[in-house]
Amino acid sequence: MKLITAIIRPDRLDHVREALIQADITRITVSRVTGHGRQEDIDIYRGQKIAPNLIPKIRLDIAVNDEFVDITVDTIIDAASHGEREIGAGKIFITPLEECIRIRTRERGGTAI
Amino acid sequence: MRKSVIASGVLLLAGLLVQSSAHAAERVVTDSGTTAWMLTSTALVLLMVPGLAMFYGGLVRTKNVLGTMMHSFGAMVIIGVLWPMVGYSLSFGPGVLGGFVGWDSNLFMLQGIDEKIMPTHIPEYVFAMFQGKFAIITPALIAGAFAERVNFKGYALFIALWSILVYSPICHWVWAPDGFLFNLGASGAIDFAGGTVVHISSGVTALVAALYLGKRRGYPRNVMHPNNLVMTLIGAGLLWVGWFGFNAGSAIASDLATARALTVTQVAAASGAFAWMIIEVFHHGKATSLGVASGILAGLVAITPAAGVVQPSGAFALGALAASICYTAILIKNRLGYDDSLDAFGVHGVGGIVGALALVFFIRPAWMADAAAKTASKSWTVWQQLGVQATAVGVTIAYAATLSLVLLVLVEKTVGLRISENDEMSGLDHSMHGEHGYGLINLN
Repeated sequence: MKLITAIIRPDRLDHVREALIQADITRITVSRVTGHGRQEDIDIYRGQKIAPNLIPKIRLDIAVNDEFVDITVDTIIDAASHGEREIGAGKIFITPLEECIRIRTRERGGTAI
Repeated sequence: MRKSVIASGVLLLAGLLVQSSAHAAERVVTDSGTTAWMLTSTALVLLMVPGLAMFYGGLVRTKNVLGTMMHSFGAMVIIGVLWPMVGYSLSFGPGVLGGFVGWDSNLFMLQGIDEKIMPTHIPEYVFAMFQGKFAIITPALIAGAFAERVNFKGYALFIALWSILVYSPICHWVWAPDGFLFNLGASGAIDFAGGTVVHISSGVTALVAALYLGKRRGYPRNVMHPNNLVMTLIGAGLLWVGWFGFNAGSAIASDLATARALTVTQVAAASGAFAWMIIEVFHHGKATSLGVASGILAGLVAITPAAGVVQPSGAFALGALAASICYTAILIKNRLGYDDSLDAFGVHGVGGIVGALALVFFIRPAWMADAAAKTASKSWTVWQQLGVQATAVGVTIAYAATLSLVLLVLVEKTVGLRISENDEMSGLDHSMHGEHGYGLINLN
């Protein structure tokens, strides 16, 4: 099992969400986050280093079984990129997931996802 | 020398006094009480526009909150410019083109009224600005029907054209002293504060626009939750408060007629909300906040044409009747599946028609007696007045629907009104305005 964490632009949320549903990935958690990547590099302004602004982003957390990792990642990449090759389209992190438990039935592991 | 200066000063003063009293005799003077109330009303009606922005803004999804509020503020800006320029002249100038519309080039940019005091004892500036607020809110009401899916440029062009070609003519027919609906029947079509001019015209246009532009992407399959009902309720509250200016100001007086209009406005709003609440409790088991807000609006819309002629019992009946019929209309809309997103037709169109027609059954006897006295046969029945009302409603519906369709097609084919699928998915705030409404709260 893997936990896929994607950081995307807010205006691409609906595109990504719909694409994921089309690809049968329907269990997702979405949150509004802020942060900065390379989108606004640290500037030197009148000799002072200025910290970049915090930029609003959307974070998707998706737990999947191993065989679904590729389709999920590809779907997010296709839907989240806006074609203009602009920086700021986001990032995807994949981490191993130790356990998954469905609270209602107390099932554990792959079937609980 | 000094003496003669003083003497001539006294003489001059006396001369001025004589002159000004002579002026008073030949010219109408302002009545400070009426003027003060009309200035207040003018401000109250303008307050309804941000009220409407909040009402509509809270009902859409987060990504469209600014785009939707900009529809109301855009009307405030665009009509705010157009009205003093040409709108007032087109609406309240003497009839031209066979009474189709008014026009007086002296009223262009309000030039001719700099000194004018109206027979109602208020400066004409106050009347022109008061009417201007109605012209602002009317196109803003339409925006509820095509919320979340129109291009801002197209919208701006549409409301500008609509205001000139639809609002001003209808306003002229109904409210100008030489308008043909103003003079229909014994004592004119009754439209105290804008049942036909404001609510039916905008409601019908809303329906035509919703049908022409089509549904939002994903409607009705995807649920589209309001992003902030708190804001919607504040907006409904501001609309209620502003409506006292809208209705009680429409008497263009500060007297008994004003008091009557204010009272029935309060009664109808409360009765509309009460009826909607009761219906929901029986139908769903719960009274919702959006239901109360909708009931308030239904009641207010229905009393708008009637505020000058009905008594409180009539206001109670009209409010409750409008709430039940609007509630049914929205249920039918959901069955039919067209996407009048924020029920601009369901509340303003339907509520306006209910008010304009049903008011005849609640007219105070004194008004009917006056109307009868004006006829040759000295009799005037409720059914004859219903005929007059139906004519006014029918004319408004037919004219607004036809012209709006022409304008919609025109704007869609030139500037473009419906936005692209990609922009619609990103949301109006991002795609039209390059902004976002909220910081870290509210995700949907």
